[in-house]
Amino acid sequence: MAKPKPESGEGSKTKKVVNEFSINIATVNGSGSQTANLTLLRAIYKMGIPVSGKNIFPSNIQGLPTWYKIRVSKSGYAARAKKTDITVAMNPKTFRDDLEDLAPGGLFLYADHIKESIDREDVLLCPLPVKNLAREAKPPRELRDYIANMVYVGVLAYLLDIQMDTLKNALDFHFKGKQGPVELNFSVIQNAVKWAEAELELESPFKIQPLDLTDGFILANGNTAGGLGTIYGGMHFVSWYPITPATSLPEAILEYAPGLRKDPETKKSTYAVIQAEDELASIGMVIGAGWAGLRAMTATSGPGLSLMSEYASLAYFTEIPIVVWVIQRVGPSTGLPTRTAQGDVNMTYYLGHGDTKHVVLIPGTVNECFEFGWKALDLAEKLQMPIFVLSDLDLGQNQWMTTPFEYPKTPIDRGKILWEEDLEKIKDDWGRYLDLDGDAIPYRTVPGNRHPKSAYFARGTGHDDYANYSEKPEDWEENLNRLKRKFESSRPLLPEPEISAQAGATNGIIAFGSTDAAVREASDHLAAEGVKLDYLRLRALPVNSQVLKFIRDHPRVYVIENNRDGQMHSILSLELPDFPSELVSLSHIDGLPLSAEWIKEVVLAEEKS
Amino acid sequence: MAKKTVKQNEIGLTKEDYKGEPTTLCLGCGHNAIVGQIIAACYELNIPPESVVKISGIGCSSKAPTYFMDRSFGFNGLHGRMPSLATGALFGDTSLIGIGVSGDGDTASIGMGQFKHVTRRNLPLLYIVANNGVYGLTKGQFSATAEQGLALKKQGQNRYVPVDIVWEAIAGRASFVARSFSGDPQQLKALIKAGIHHRGIAVIDVISPCVTFNNQDDSFHSYAWGKSHEVALHELSFVPPVRAIKVHYEKGESLEVSLYDGTHIILKKLEHDYEPTDRVKAFQMLEEANDRNELVTGLIYINPKQKSLFDLYDLPETPLNRLSNEKLRPSPESLAEINQVMF
Repeated sequence: MAKPKPESGEGSKTKKVVNEFSINIATVNGSGSQTANLTLLRAIYKMGIPVSGKNIFPSNIQGLPTWYKIRVSKSGYAARAKKTDITVAMNPKTFRDDLEDLAPGGLFLYADHIKESIDREDVLLCPLPVKNLAREAKPPRELRDYIANMVYVGVLAYLLDIQMDTLKNALDFHFKGKQGPVELNFSVIQNAVKWAEAELELESPFKIQPLDLTDGFILANGNTAGGLGTIYGGMHFVSWYPITPATSLPEAILEYAPGLRKDPETKKSTYAVIQAEDELASIGMVIGAGWAGLRAMTATSGPGLSLMSEYASLAYFTEIPIVVWVIQRVGPSTGLPTRTAQGDVNMTYYLGHGDTKHVVLIPGTVNECFEFGWKALDLAEKLQMPIFVLSDLDLGQNQWMTTPFEYPKTPIDRGKILWEEDLEKIKDDWGRYLDLDGDAIPYRTVPGNRHPKSAYFARGTGHDDYANYSEKPEDWEENLNRLKRKFESSRPLLPEPEISAQAGATNGIIAFGSTDAAVREASDHLAAEGVKLDYLRLRALPVNSQVLKFIRDHPRVYVIENNRDGQMHSILSLELPDFPSELVSLSHIDGLPLSAEWIKEVVLAEEKS
Repeated sequence: MAKKTVKQNEIGLTKEDYKGEPTTLCLGCGHNAIVGQIIAACYELNIPPESVVKISGIGCSSKAPTYFMDRSFGFNGLHGRMPSLATGALFGDTSLIGIGVSGDGDTASIGMGQFKHVTRRNLPLLYIVANNGVYGLTKGQFSATAEQGLALKKQGQNRYVPVDIVWEAIAGRASFVARSFSGDPQQLKALIKAGIHHRGIAVIDVISPCVTFNNQDDSFHSYAWGKSHEVALHELSFVPPVRAIKVHYEKGESLEVSLYDGTHIILKKLEHDYEPTDRVKAFQMLEEANDRNELVTGLIYINPKQKSLFDLYDLPETPLNRLSNEKLRPSPESLAEINQVMF
């Protein structure tokens, strides 16, 4: 007979913390904890409480420490929480650090086969008979370690009051309805709950209570969203080379495109994907495809982007539409390949030799990754230039609560392409680089057009308006200035910044990308202490007039970013007219997503100075 | 005075319709001969110039596409990266004929990686390497195909053993590999025709002398050395299907290779008894020729049945770049379903 949960006594005196805490699960990578962690995350989400998960993992396949941080927040805060309320310690090697990291009054669950001394008296201890409980489920030998992780899922479910049916739902989703693994994992969870009911005397100070705050939202990561956005954007061609943390974006295309992009009549694929031999080849193929009239995309991260630099110059100069997703990780060099950063802002904006500058879209939410996925393809063809989409590991690979993906509101924009019938109507000579409309965007034809006047010779060398080789100084200068006009003309076409104003604010914050969650949370905390700040989230480079107005309207603007040198700050400083506003760089990089605590601390220090 | 008639091919075009800009290569450059044979081959094969895409890298060789077929799309890209550009471009419309022109520096040095991978993928592309053993545009440095011991004006002697492009192509599993010589235009033209009709990569390594920097009589890439050391493996002719008048050879005298589109290559046996259908035999033949100091030319390896890159994709009849917008964007209902399962 199960022992009744303590209703009175010590446990009930402490006030319960409901739906506002963080869990840190420390495991060894390669031990299959991801299934357990996502199951917990999804179950809590299904109970209607906003939740986010961050995987802090090593660049390794098996054996190194990894942490999964789940933040439960009825306030909707999704940034990395600095404070840990509940720890699940499954890794002997990090056991002591994990114990130390736990906040006073926290809950410490640990595998009971770890023989480390425990020297804290200000936390609640809960040893878990992980091995015994896993064995009882009689799993195949090779799965024993994997399903052992379900023990902590079950005990947490008991302690936090997570509903069993939501856990089952989450497992169903994870295993795509395959009953074998669902039953096996669920049986371990059930055993663990039974054990906890019978044996645990402990009452958790942290509880989950059902809410309805996740209605109308989805749970997804930015790379899947970017891949789907690309598919709905009508991409024809993707070439890529594996690199963390970009890989999962093309992999999302490989997963979803076969079901979504078959011609309904012929059942043939309306796209092609090639895994290239390196990033030089992946961008080269994409440029070839873009030249030939295909909507083409590649995805990479810092080291791969460096390799693409020469080709980016070529695409810029020859005016070929391509889309390059940059999922940032920590550099320089190999750096911390599995950790997040915003350190490739400068490289992306200026990628290439000679005078190059690129349009960069910067999504800050998972939903925006979808939106910019299709929008980037439209902009590339409209402007006939490379479009970069700058995301990062935190946004790309972690699970975020986001509004559902919205179907594109505007039809596919192929830009100025001339086919045979269009050329028939042109009486004069057609010139590839003639600025006929005065908008600096010329007309283009693509290989496959069989009209005798269709062909032109694309080249990385100097050319005149008709694409003929030219070294004439005036041809060079006019062409390069037209490219600049074209770039300038992009400003009003790009996603506008998102501005959140606070009544009584004097100063402002500018941030971009994945730091949005931390900035919003910090703004709330700062406001509570009387520091009110307006907030502008940049969504594209080059900036538009709203950004300049925001800076002009605030005597002091903090530019917050996850890198060492304040790269966005330097770009804004360069582009800024002579305003009296003070632009203050607040940047920080240590491999982790920025926390609201850090932002609050540094802004407060500035405000007091 | 009699009216001068200009000769036309079967699609009503003259040789003029296949020409490009006037060459700016040196007088006597081997590459001009290659350009001439590409023009002749395409004219004789009745190929509409608009059906051809020309792609090149960087170097003297890679300037060549400017000098033929103005009415074809062309792209002069990056050094060593012609294969990637060609791969992407040809996916746009797989009915296009790709002609890639590269050099020995472009292919065997900076572009070795892309070269090996494009052969492995068997992209339908005529891949011509204008091979002169020297960097011309930067004025006379050794290339990776320069023979060991070659002496050049400012460089001294070449220390290293050369890369054999044919060997590399065969090892890279290219499905059509040939070697020719700018000084042997008839053979070169027949190989170009066969290469265009081959469904897959057709690598032709053309020894194409640089008259300015590497044409010393004893240099392996000179006219004089080529003329005196060339050993043709066979007399090669290309037979289009419409003209399939049976050419009779004595049994055992010739070998006929059928290509996927019904055209044929006929290899008339000369002194060597060589069948270009076995990779191991090809390597052996190349080693022996090397030992004898011979420049063997002809079709060195062919496998007309190897699947091309496009055979590995389930592409529609309509070229991808002509698909209507409706075919490119999935329905709103499908997105609603995706949103349902995103958690």
